[in-house]
Formats: sequence, structure tokens, C-alpha cells
Amino acid sequence: MSGPKLAVIEAKGLTYAYPGGTRPSIEDISITIESGEFVILTGPSGCGKTTLCRCFNGLIPHFYGGKLEGDMVVASLKVSEHPIYELARHVGLVFQNPENQLFALSVEKDVAFGLENLGMPRDEIKKRVDWALQMTDIEDLRERAPNELSGGQQQRVAIACVLAMQPEVMVLDEPTSFLDPVGAQKIFEVVNDLNKKLGITVVLVEHRLDLASQYANHVIVVDEGKIVLDGEPREVFTSETARLIGVGIPKATRLYQVLKENGIRLSKVPVTSGEASQLLQEVLRHNRG
Amino acid sequence: MEALRGVSLTVQNGEFIAIMGQNGAGKTTLVKHFNGLLKPTKGEVLIDGVSTREMSVASLARKVGFVFQNPDHQLFCETVEEEVAYALRNFGFKERDIKRRVTWALNLLGLTQYRQTSPFMLSGGERKRVALASVLAWNPKVVILDEPTIGQDYQQKEKLRQFIVQLNAQGKTVIIVTHDVEFVAECNPRVVLMAQGKIVAEGGAKQVLTNRDLVAQASIVPPQITQIFLGLKDLELPTDVIDVYEAMRVLMDFLEASS
Repeated sequence: MSGPKLAVIEAKGLTYAYPGGTRPSIEDISITIESGEFVILTGPSGCGKTTLCRCFNGLIPHFYGGKLEGDMVVASLKVSEHPIYELARHVGLVFQNPENQLFALSVEKDVAFGLENLGMPRDEIKKRVDWALQMTDIEDLRERAPNELSGGQQQRVAIACVLAMQPEVMVLDEPTSFLDPVGAQKIFEVVNDLNKKLGITVVLVEHRLDLASQYANHVIVVDEGKIVLDGEPREVFTSETARLIGVGIPKATRLYQVLKENGIRLSKVPVTSGEASQLLQEVLRHNRG
Repeated sequence: MEALRGVSLTVQNGEFIAIMGQNGAGKTTLVKHFNGLLKPTKGEVLIDGVSTREMSVASLARKVGFVFQNPDHQLFCETVEEEVAYALRNFGFKERDIKRRVTWALNLLGLTQYRQTSPFMLSGGERKRVALASVLAWNPKVVILDEPTIGQDYQQKEKLRQFIVQLNAQGKTVIIVTHDVEFVAECNPRVVLMAQGKIVAEGGAKQVLTNRDLVAQASIVPPQITQIFLGLKDLELPTDVIDVYEAMRVLMDFLEASS
């Protein structure tokens, strides 16, 4: 991290209850996400993660209704004052369930749809669709009907649709839950590339921290509609609060903790298997030598 | 298109099996044969010795409960309570039993507070639990769970694991379809590995998941603990470790032996 960073997402005192809901789904949320960050948003199911994601691109309050209290500014736009179609150019949202976002008769048409809506020239659309299909490795599915694909294939199509828009911020709500581990890793790597090479800010909602943690530089934990942890991954994963709410920290980090409880100290907190192997090598060799 | 190609598999009464493999390998297609939703174009499927061709899906469902991957494919009632009661009514349970079973199932899955809530007001993970409750409520002999851990947080997964172990201990046959290697590593069932419509390996979780070549064939990665130990191979540590506590014991023994 170097140089002054700009906040691309800033929430202040955000509180929201769905119409007909008895209590707020999110309450007094204040967060700052800087441009170019790779953020993991996690927390128990039903804690309000998806609700918060829906605020990023204005689905809340514009589509879901109800009253959004507090301020949410994304890409310098106050969410409550700008329509969804305008926010959609800046913030792409990949839903948890790909079926909720796919509808066209072919994969190609689905990926092109958002671009057509922006009135982009034909050649540019073609170029971007090709690129997005290639990045998500679904070029061979181009002519297939999305509703005939497997869950994992559909999720890649959904990601391609958002990728094609080349937004400044990509919000992915458990984008790999339907994917096999190799497919999931591939998607994380695609997202990571977009983050590192193109500087797209990534907000990833994820429970499978074993697979995703290595890419993130910022972890936010939500519990019962409130932010309970907000910081650097190693710090968050080893905190007592994370253990108490039952955040599924990476097994590499868990092993570090279990060893520490038994008097074996690694020189650093690992989040990946590679780091853990290396740190263990140090300890084991030192001991042997 | 042939989704399954020459699959032969025997599931014993009371077994706990995880069917794993890449997207599109045919896992869901295979288990949809177990309750008669699909009938094979060639070959046959016997449930308790009777061919699925000779039984209706309705009668098979009483025996083989199926929880879909996507809860939205099975939820449709206005409240969680009605959703769970729906199949029970269809099976002709008495109103008093229905009430008792609904209460039991909701309590089991931590959904009691949502009794009067619309399933569609709930989060993805919660809806998944409603779907599970609605199947468990009629107490089928075989329970098939298609990707049960999707959208579940760590604590829910841990509850689910204990719950599956408990169902299994009560003599139920449990079949899960999953990519979740960490979950399987913690459950330790028999693993059936599929790729391209075929079964490519069968065996204990420990044996299958620590075989790097086999799991790669099925687009799976070994559990993180196994990966750590694969990175320590040159220290002549075992490479078939899948569990955190087992890992700790192995490492402590190693340190003790070398000091």
C-alpha cells in the first residue's frame, strides 16, 4: 500500500429494514473501502451481508423499497440519489444464485445484454463479450442456453456478464459456492487479476476462507447486522471475536492457533497452505538441526 | 448427451457417502436416479431390491428424501411452517403428528424463530435449512443432500456435520453430493469420486482426498491441511493427514522425536 488512497465505498451510519421486516437487517454500518482493495466480507448466514451488498449498487433502497438511513457513497455517487442503471456502470454485482440473473436464450446474449443496455457500439460489445468469455473460460458455452448449464457453469456466465461491464467495483456474493474447488480457484484468480492488473476494487462475500483469504488485504466481519471486525486478514482471523462468532478461518490459521496453544510458535500467522508449510519447515528444521 | 456412462455403485443400508467431483461430472444426475426423478436409459437402479421403474416417485420419496442444491427449486409456501408441513400433509400424516414433526424439524435446524416468516424473506443459507427441515420432517430412510454446505457459515456447517453423523448413527443412509473438501475432511465418509459421467475412485475420505492425482482428475483440491503436509514431504512426514488435530499430533510427535 503506497500513496494516498481514495475511498471508493464509504458507508456512514447505514441502517435498513426491508418493508414488512420487523427489525433492521443492517444497523449503524460504517465502513470505508479504498480504491483497489480486495475485501472479503464474511459473517454468519443471515447476518446482513447480502443486504449490505444490495446497498452498494442501489438495489436498496430503489428496488427493495423501505427507508435507508445513513449515507452510502459509491464511486462518488450518493446511492440514494442515483438510479440503479447509473450505479450499475460503476458497481457490478454478481448474485449468490446465478439463476436470478440469467435469462437470455444463449450465453453470448446474456453477456452482451448489459453492454447493449449501455448503448455500446457493436464492435466494442463483441470484443468485450469475447474477452469476458475467455477470462471465465466458457468460450465453448457461447451458444448454449444458460438454463441448461450446470450450477457452476451458470455462475461463470453470471460473472462474465458483470466482467463485461468492466466496472470500478465488483461485488461478488458467494460467487463460487456452486463451483468445484478448481473452478472456484480459477474464478478467484480471475477476480484477483482484475483487482491487481486493472485495479478494480473487489468486495467478495465468502464463507470458504480456506480458498479466498490469500487474495484479500482487508476483511470485514458482520454479525447480527453490525460490523464486528474490520481490518487486515491475519489480525481478523486470529482475534477472539472471530472465534466466538464462528468465522470459518482458514485451516492453516487454525493449525497455527492449535500449535500455539501447545507451545509451538510459528514466526508469523499463515493464511495459506504454502505459508504454513514454509513456517513449519523453519520450526521443524531448526528443531532437528 | 450422455450424462452418466456405465455407472455401477452399491450403497449399503446405513452408509454415509459423499459423492464428489467436478461441475457437470454427473453427480446430481446420478442421485436423481435414487428417488426415481430420473430413470436410466440403460441399466437399472434398485432401491431396497425394487427397480425404480416399477415404483412411482411419490412412493420412492417416502423412502428416499431429496434436498435440492438450490432451495428455491423446492420452496413455495407462504410461511416456513407451512413449507415444512406440506409434504407431511401429502403423505397423510395426522394433524397432531404434523405439528409435532414441524416443531421438531424447525428446532433441529434453528428455524423456530422463522415459523411464521415467508421462506423468501430469509437468506440463502436459511432457505437451505428450511428445505432440509421440510425433508427431514417425514423421516425418510435415505437422505440425499445435494450440496448441503452451500451458503452455510462455519457454525451451521459444524451443526450440519454433527447432525449428519447423528442421522447416520440412527441407522439412516446419508448421501451427500458436494465439492466441499474441508467439510468432507471433517465428516470422514466413504467418498465416491466422479469425472465425466463415470466413477473414477471409491474409498475412505482420507485415502481418496490425499491422493493428489486422483483429486486433480475430479477438479478438486486436497484439504488445506493435506496441502500443508504435501509441502513438508521432504521431512518424511506422513502426507495423508486431513484434520487439524491429527496434524497437531503428528507435528508434536515429530518435534518430540527429534529433540
